[in-house]
Amino acid sequence: MLLKQEALAGTLESSDLFIRITPSDDPLEIVIESEVLHQFGKQIRATVEEVLDHLGVTTGTLIIQDKGALDCTIRARVQAAVMRAAGETTLDWEALK
Amino acid sequence: MASDRNPQVAGLAPFAGFNAKIPFATGPEANGDRKILPDLEEAIRRTGLKDGMTVSFHHAFREGDKVINLVVETLARMGFKDLTLAPSSLLGINAAIIPNIQSGVIRKLFTSGLRGKLGEAISNGLMDEPVTFHSHGGRVALIEQGEIEIDVAFLGVSACDPFGNANGVSGRSWCGSLGYAMVDAMYADKVVMLTEEIVPFPNNPASIRQDQVDWIVQVEEVGDPAKISVGAARATTNPRELLIAKLCAEVMEHAGYFEDGFSMQTGTGGSSTATSRFLEHRMRAKGIKAGWALGGQTGGMVDLHEKGLIGTLVDTQSFDAVAARSLQANASHMEISTQFYASPLSKGATVDRLDMVILSALEIDLNFNVNVLTGSDGVVRGAIGGHADTAAGANLSIVVGPLLRTRIPTVVEQVTTRVTPGETVGVLVTEHGIAVNPNRPDVAERLKAAGLPVKPIGDLYQRAISLSGKPEPLEFLDNVVGHVRYRDGTIIDTVRQIAP
Repeated sequence: MLLKQEALAGTLESSDLFIRITPSDDPLEIVIESEVLHQFGKQIRATVEEVLDHLGVTTGTLIIQDKGALDCTIRARVQAAVMRAAGETTLDWEALK
Repeated sequence: MASDRNPQVAGLAPFAGFNAKIPFATGPEANGDRKILPDLEEAIRRTGLKDGMTVSFHHAFREGDKVINLVVETLARMGFKDLTLAPSSLLGINAAIIPNIQSGVIRKLFTSGLRGKLGEAISNGLMDEPVTFHSHGGRVALIEQGEIEIDVAFLGVSACDPFGNANGVSGRSWCGSLGYAMVDAMYADKVVMLTEEIVPFPNNPASIRQDQVDWIVQVEEVGDPAKISVGAARATTNPRELLIAKLCAEVMEHAGYFEDGFSMQTGTGGSSTATSRFLEHRMRAKGIKAGWALGGQTGGMVDLHEKGLIGTLVDTQSFDAVAARSLQANASHMEISTQFYASPLSKGATVDRLDMVILSALEIDLNFNVNVLTGSDGVVRGAIGGHADTAAGANLSIVVGPLLRTRIPTVVEQVTTRVTPGETVGVLVTEHGIAVNPNRPDVAERLKAAGLPVKPIGDLYQRAISLSGKPEPLEFLDNVVGHVRYRDGTIIDTVRQIAP
């Protein structure tokens, strides 16, 4: 999926996360700031990378401020941010699984 | 015979006049205001405080306290070094003492807990000597055994009379029960009272008594009562906490102790405090009343008391303004010292007569050990309080907590810090189900018979990590920053410095 514009998703509420995604020509860069980084940093990164991989995102910058969100929340917010950045309005349910 | 009026008896001093041999002038020469000093520095000088000695405080004003920081600042300004600080506890507001630890004014610390920036700093190795963490009853035991020898106690009160009779329900800033301060007043070598107002003699009731008080200093403010119920002692509107509280009330109803005249305590923490709201209709439906409630008193308990559903409120610390008002107004609201409350060395600790206690947990492990001191990141951000004392004393201790706090599981394989041993914990209540300690098969049977969702604690643990994922273990350095003392003085765990 090609990122066309900067997009935001999520909130800074407890158990949620806030994502800012910015298009660029450079390889994908993911910055994660989390209240549970010590215990769950690796798992958060793995989840984010898996979702981006499914959606075919290979460039751009993703900045995440995590407030202890569960994996299901992280997936939903990353998907929403990517779709907004790509200007995509039709859902590809297969890629969003 | 006249010569008998000047008797000479070996070893006994002869009479020399009615005012000659007593420490303070009596009769017409007596100065009723002799304890009142113009300022804190003068009071500190009069106590004879020296470098290396121990000073103590009460924390009844919790986050609203204005005495601890003021006194420490004054001691620093006067050039004191190497002091031991032994307050009943410290809270977030006391982060102000950090510079005075760095500069060597404070060398050693005893406390029930730490919060905020002070907890973070100590977890990062602020102090050379490990902090001693104790329970409320355990603190009294350390004092009774002489490990904490209080040289000077600085006790903040809203009002006292010119002789030092004080309570927490007169003047402007009521903190309610002076349970902690009563212990310090009893055991300290010197007692300095900081008061907002000096009221006419006698100030009644005298929770702290004139025969315990050396000096009195009037200060602008000793505390802000509005901040007592901030933080740990808050009232919740969170639906999940209310759900847990409701489930907890069902456990209380069916565990075997819900009989006329029963006794209970609800600790701090949202669900724990909220449980009292769910007890009323259960008590009415069964036609029973509680004989007494212990605490840590809250508005919820006062409400039940005023409705006639709890006989006596036994109060060592008032958690909100309603509780403080009740202590003043209700004859059966009884103020007790922390020694009377929970000291394991006391000839009678009230916790030993308790039927049920509701307690919080930051973590509880597969062996029912509970941590209320360190957070999931290993940083000290809580307090032992009466946790270990009431769990040990009560016939049934019930721990309540959410299965997850954000992504962090409450039920874990092994607690980061062991504060309360699992053998004294009966039941765990979460919003995902109830676990009963295998050492209480009687309770498990009764709860199952009542149709409550009882499951092995291992199932709750699996449920937690299926939602959160398995957390990576925390990294600590070898440096020990805290000793966790059980209520009998033994060491039950250590707290280590967190890896940077």
